[in-house]
Amino acid sequence: MTVAVEELKGLKSDLVVDARATSCPGPILAAKKAIGQIPVGGVMEVLASDTGTLKDLPAWCKKMGHDYLGSVDDAGYLQLFLKKMK
Amino acid sequence: MTETQLVEAVTDNTEVKTRKTIIVFSGDFDKVMAAFIIANGAAAMDDEVTMFFTFWGLNALRRPEKVTTSGKSPLQKAFSMMMPRGPERLRLSQMNFAGAGPKLMQRMMRQEKVMPLDDLIASAREQGVKMIACAMSMDIMGLKPEELIDGLEYAGVASYLGDADEANVNLFI
Repeated sequence: MTVAVEELKGLKSDLVVDARATSCPGPILAAKKAIGQIPVGGVMEVLASDTGTLKDLPAWCKKMGHDYLGSVDDAGYLQLFLKKMK
Repeated sequence: MTETQLVEAVTDNTEVKTRKTIIVFSGDFDKVMAAFIIANGAAAMDDEVTMFFTFWGLNALRRPEKVTTSGKSPLQKAFSMMMPRGPERLRLSQMNFAGAGPKLMQRMMRQEKVMPLDDLIASAREQGVKMIACAMSMDIMGLKPEELIDGLEYAGVASYLGDADEANVNLFI
């Protein structure tokens, strides 16, 4: 389930995880570490500079059973959103 | 996973964890990097991961400092003296340039914000990646447990094969 960019921008994240200082596999390691901190149904925002994350985070979400919502890239880095489903 | 375990897991509605096994035979810096990136990624995706280090791959697990050991034959002594101690000293499989290659590669990795190899090893350990050092090749090459980092299991091919039986991906690097 991906969400329109405008909707993503208005989304309130329960947690922002900054993985901009790391490249593959850093962003998914960061996501894995942080996901426990939010409740089921919560939204997590991952900041990344490695463009591979655009493919990797959705793959991680699919494997882990979370909903990948989409990404925004107009801040000069990537903001990727996901919803914790379990 | 046996059929019964699978059925139990499904009826329990618990997670069926998949396993990946990686044989690290090479002691080349770039190949060991690849192995640990895959291992870390798999662990982050909730897979169980077993890494089996054998022959040159064992050098990636060596402590960087010199460790005094006893009971080595002259040949074993020579071998362990000539082989690289730890991730910082491994050579590149291509463009090694007498040791300049790995330094350049590490600088480029820093620029691209890739985790250094020792951090990847630490992260793998933190995530519960099972690391097995092949006891047989340690004997051949004269490596003693005290020369290797902590948190390893020492075992043989049957331990690796036992885990490989439950795995859906197996890599030989």
